[in-house]
Amino acid sequence: MAEVPSAANRSGRVIDKVGSMRRRIDPALAWAFGCIVLVLLIGSLYSSSFLSPQYLLQQLKVASFLGVIATGTMIVVLLGQIDLSVPWVVAVGGMMATAATGWGPLGEAMAIPVGIGCGVALGLVSGVGVAFLRIPSMVVTLAMNAVAQGLMIVHTGGFSPQDSSSPAMRFLATGNTVLGIPNAVLVWAVVGTAAVFLLTRTTFGRTVYAIGNRERAAYLSGARTRTVVMMAFALAGGLSALGGVLLAGYASKAAQAMGDPYLLPAIAAVVLGGTSILGGRGSYLGTVAGVILITLLQSILSVMQMPEFGRHVTYGIVIIAMLLIYGRGRRPAE
Amino acid sequence: MSGDWSFWLREHKGTLLAFAAFVVMFTIYAANHPAGLNANVATTAANKGVLLAIVAMAQTLVVLTSGIDLSVGMVMILANCLASSIVVGSTLTTTIGVVVVLLVGCLCGAINGLIVIFGRLQPIVTTIATGAVYYGAALALRPVPGGDVNTQLADALTGQLPGGVPESLALLLAVVAIVWVPFRRSAIGRAAYAVGSSEVAAYMSGVPVNRAKFVAYTLSGLLASMAGLFVTFITYTGEASAANGNTYTLYSIAAVVLGGVSLFGGSGSAIGAIFGALMFRTIGDLLFVFDVEPLWQPLFQGIVLSAAVCLGAVRLLRIRNRLDLYG
Repeated sequence: MAEVPSAANRSGRVIDKVGSMRRRIDPALAWAFGCIVLVLLIGSLYSSSFLSPQYLLQQLKVASFLGVIATGTMIVVLLGQIDLSVPWVVAVGGMMATAATGWGPLGEAMAIPVGIGCGVALGLVSGVGVAFLRIPSMVVTLAMNAVAQGLMIVHTGGFSPQDSSSPAMRFLATGNTVLGIPNAVLVWAVVGTAAVFLLTRTTFGRTVYAIGNRERAAYLSGARTRTVVMMAFALAGGLSALGGVLLAGYASKAAQAMGDPYLLPAIAAVVLGGTSILGGRGSYLGTVAGVILITLLQSILSVMQMPEFGRHVTYGIVIIAMLLIYGRGRRPAE
Repeated sequence: MSGDWSFWLREHKGTLLAFAAFVVMFTIYAANHPAGLNANVATTAANKGVLLAIVAMAQTLVVLTSGIDLSVGMVMILANCLASSIVVGSTLTTTIGVVVVLLVGCLCGAINGLIVIFGRLQPIVTTIATGAVYYGAALALRPVPGGDVNTQLADALTGQLPGGVPESLALLLAVVAIVWVPFRRSAIGRAAYAVGSSEVAAYMSGVPVNRAKFVAYTLSGLLASMAGLFVTFITYTGEASAANGNTYTLYSIAAVVLGGVSLFGGSGSAIGAIFGALMFRTIGDLLFVFDVEPLWQPLFQGIVLSAAVCLGAVRLLRIRNRLDLYG
């Protein structure tokens, strides 16, 4: 017998939904967005241009590089794992894309896919190590970082490939198309939408959360845990490499240490956004908030002309302070 | 007593494997070195190895409690910058300088510990953030590389003992005897192992969980600052280099893993980590000896590291029930 929901039933359900949404507002999300507003207010006291659309769009553009990389980091963190190979996978993405640009017209057209593909390949290897060999992800990705570094040093030293980026990469990273919105922001928006869809609307996403909560239970429920873990690492590798492609386009050339400043901020952004570092909990909106917060924080500290050491100290203290407010774990007794 | 033996073997398997691997590698290295194993070759190798070994010990203490310390490299850099300013002058000022540097190291470790214990934040995130703070402090002390150090003391600790034995090895032995052995043999050290095996079970059994963690983190800071002092003795200068700090942090994790210390906590020993560190350094030197093009060195180092890490997968062959894989 098919049940037909009555109108009353339906409106009741809607009220339920609103109520549960209010109850479910993530304190982490509220704090992160609150802090973004606070940072903007403090910034506007220094200079009125802090609230101008140009400045905000410029900040969003800078944030989008970190945003793309943090998306991959978040998926891995949701599994309860960690990806320490970000620095050199970012560099591989940028450097292989620029190298492909030097291979002639076909290479130039394929530059971006080549860059991303190399990142996916590296991520896939890490994924096999974590999912099938059951080696802790921290070690696997650390080793993969070393291998990627070695490969790139051999590649640049032995073959001296081209290091300037293709027009397409520059267009993606620095151009504006619709309503003056930077293309990089659009790329982040597409990546973000895809990530939200993947995490909340697909079996893959649900399995990611399930594995993060309790891998054993996920396995016993028949989820294909190993494939999902492997794919998640491949995805993270691809996103890191895409970040590298964008960065190379932004700077119009690729460099060896280009990924170094992205590992720790990416993890910090994910965690500030309320994703549990133990896995299984977190929303993409939080990661967006974390990325924007970290970018604005770095920007405001340099606008205030704070010396470099002060920037590092403030950055660290803010992360600790915010996490102490809402990111605390449980006591062992609980 | 055969039961005792097999138990002992099983407990120290990681350490013994690391030791054996190091001996094999170092023998190959020494036998193929163009200049042979003379005192200078040994001293240079020992200085580099001991430096990483001390950082790896610092990492081990925290890893044993199933934490991770991503700020060890930065504490080392901070100690390096501080030492390049205050470990100078007469014997008295030098001594005070060394003590202050070590105290600052303890303080950094203690801050990490307090935030992890009472803030109940995850160690990995905590130490990322405190690492940024420590690096900022180092940068404030030394915006540009420079400084000085008491060269007499520096040469005494990085040179050779009569007979050509590297002084740094004696130093490493002293560090093990002063920091690691008392820790391992004390009730608090056993508590740290218990916490690493299962924090809940340790808590339920009345083990002083918080005190054990606090001591582990503080000693880790102390060891990291010793490494910083040693950097100053080798280079005679202080440099606030974020790249160096991060490299040492990552290498320390690699050394800990190669040394048979479980990243899940509760098993392994700092002795293993020391051999892990020496082994990691020898890998780099081996490539140099065999005339591998310098260009290929980082790649080989990465591949050797990956191969060593993959050895961890051998345990898969012994698993009877696949569920054991999922903790």
